[in-house]
Amino acid sequence: MSKILIIAEHLGGKLNSATARAVSAAIAVKPETIDVLVLSDAPDAIAAEAARIEGVSKVLTVGRAENAHPLAAVLAPQIAKAAAGYSHVFAPSTTFGKDLAPRVAALLGVAQVSDVMNVEASHTFKRPIYAGNAIITVEANPAHTVVATIRTASWPAAATGAGSAPIEPLSIEATLPNHTRFVELQQGSSDRPDLQSASKVVSGGRGVGSKENFDIIYTFADKIGAAVGASRAAVDAGYCPNEMQVGQTGKIIAPELYMAIGISGAIQHLTGIKDAGTIVAINKDGEAPIFEVADFGLVGDLFKLIPELEQAL
Amino acid sequence: MHMGNWQEHRRYTNFKELQMKIMVGYKRVVDYNVRIQVKPDGSGVVTDGVKLSANPFDDIALEEALRLREKGVADEVIVVAIGPADLTAHLRNGLAMGANRAIHVVTTDAVQPLTAARVFLKLVEKEQPGLVILGKQAIDDDANQTGQMLAALWDRPQATFAGKVEIADGKATVTREVDAGLEVIEAELPAVITTDLRLNEPRFIKLPDIMKAKAKPIDTIEFASLGVEAHDHLKTTHYAPPAKRSKGVMVKDAAELVAALKQKGLL
Ligand SMILES: Cc1cc2nc3c(=O)[nH]c(=O)nc-3n(C[C@H](O)[C@H](O)[C@H](O)COP(=O)(O)OP(=O)(O)OC[C@H]3O[C@@H](n4cnc5c(N)ncnc54)[C@H](O)[C@@H]3O)c2cc1C
Ligand SMILES: Cc1cc2nc3c(=O)[nH]c(=O)nc-3n(C[C@H](O)[C@H](O)[C@H](O)COP(=O)(O)OP(=O)(O)OC[C@H]3O[C@@H](n4cnc5c(N)ncnc54)[C@H](O)[C@@H]3O)c2cc1C
Repeated sequence: MSKILIIAEHLGGKLNSATARAVSAAIAVKPETIDVLVLSDAPDAIAAEAARIEGVSKVLTVGRAENAHPLAAVLAPQIAKAAAGYSHVFAPSTTFGKDLAPRVAALLGVAQVSDVMNVEASHTFKRPIYAGNAIITVEANPAHTVVATIRTASWPAAATGAGSAPIEPLSIEATLPNHTRFVELQQGSSDRPDLQSASKVVSGGRGVGSKENFDIIYTFADKIGAAVGASRAAVDAGYCPNEMQVGQTGKIIAPELYMAIGISGAIQHLTGIKDAGTIVAINKDGEAPIFEVADFGLVGDLFKLIPELEQAL
Repeated sequence: MHMGNWQEHRRYTNFKELQMKIMVGYKRVVDYNVRIQVKPDGSGVVTDGVKLSANPFDDIALEEALRLREKGVADEVIVVAIGPADLTAHLRNGLAMGANRAIHVVTTDAVQPLTAARVFLKLVEKEQPGLVILGKQAIDDDANQTGQMLAALWDRPQATFAGKVEIADGKATVTREVDAGLEVIEAELPAVITTDLRLNEPRFIKLPDIMKAKAKPIDTIEFASLGVEAHDHLKTTHYAPPAKRSKGVMVKDAAELVAALKQKGLL
């Protein structure tokens, strides 16, 4: 029987919803236990949130001052120790999990399965390669721990509320390096919904033309309660910050509604929105590839169409 | 030993201590413009005759290394590729871009990240670089693992998804592109850095440089001679094309779009 350890992702004392998505993937393995590991300088509130996720058997906490920031070099040796006795170690495929999980896998001397989008059996998974242009089925060796990152857009968040898993502090003997130090996190402050978990996303591309013009995207998004995303071209051109990039090398998202405005639809962008419910494209070029995947397409100048959309709301 | 020689030797070693080698991962992949096709029998993807190029993140890694050398932070840049015998022309591109020399670890087998990391560790032990710069992911397998695994095996810092790198006083200050924004960390050297797209814009290779690159050395090492322990590979049992999204409908104006979205309960 499988025993799964999930590494909780959190920021500012709050659990990230990506953790509950990893729980869904764990449930699909049909394991005996699903334990969540919270590494933090102050794990209690985060652990309490994790304990409410349905399907979680137990929450383990490691409270150490060194765990105040998510440095892979510091966290990985602790996770490698905590992994003893587990058949699987899962982390969300966010920048947190992508940075951390391979370091854990290497310490355990095992291969890693990146971006699990489907669980076929306890050691058989589906994952995308070539920017999602091919989906492969991979088998991991059952004799070793499976370390995997979970492609969050492929999994709904496990329900929160009814669960009440016990919380246990864990003491881990591990010498931690101090060769890597956290300096600061520069966060864009925004009252808008979080891009990765929002049900509606409005994204702007190079077609928006400037940082100032991007206000038209923000205003429209606010009117419909959407998060704001962007293409790489828009981020590269300085119209908006990096954390807004959607795509192969940005965020992979699965909102119910995705509106691509002034975005041509390059494969690297489309790979980030493959799992969106409904895709709307607004582009002045009727031949733009984005229309090949859009559920609703509207050809025209965005600067004329967006005010008209706002009117029609 | 003659006194003068000895002093000269001392001075030479001191000088060398100030200098640093940078090792760069330079993987060849299917060009990012190629729309990859899955073989109908699910046994793989069609790679015959498709255009191959350097992994875009590795071009960025090489560019960063060259800029650090131009700033005087490093004195030698080594490009490394692990793969089949026909990688020579690919490595010449890296040399033409400006690397001092190349190492080609020859294997016909597909190399998974843990094995690639173990190969890099062997090379690191031999070459003692102050910095290893790899791509954050190779755009074929999209694994995003090798740099982190190397850092773990080497027991050194990792600074992944780098958008900005500064080297001073024996440490790297790296701005990382993370989901929440930009994270700044400090890593003592030697360290592993993996590149994100906005770190720099790689230079173009000029024709005369291609000629000059012919004289630069490429060390060829047989994979088997490195004594890298084999690990359990993941077995790929099937390839499938992604679920296709069907083409939707074109609406004539804003009002029709809003009506359609309202009908679906999306607005
Ligand atoms: C390794 C690699 C990774 C990449 N990763 C990503 C990624 O993660 N995410 C990503 O997005 N890209 C990524 N890219 C880049 C990608 O290939 C495209 O270059 C990028 O997505 C283009 O952005 P865009 O659609 O905004 O710009 P463009 O392709 O320039 O398209 C702009 C569109 O706006 C339209 N337009 C212009 N003016 C107006 C107007 N007034 N009204 C309406 N429409 C207008 C135009 O018709 C055009 O279709 C990556 C590339 C590489 C090589
Ligand atoms: C279609 C397909 C089929 C495959 N089949 C198999 C198989 O049957 N068996 C198998 O073992 N593997 C197989 N692979 C694995 C493949 O060969 C990948 O190279 C391997 O998994 C490494 O992943 P990555 O390059 O995405 O690593 P990443 O961790 O994404 O690479 C990050 C960085 O590491 C460095 N790096 C990684 N590899 C090299 C290299 N070879 N040379 C130089 N630098 C490098 C580069 O700087 C790169 O940017 C297959 C891959 C594909 C796409």
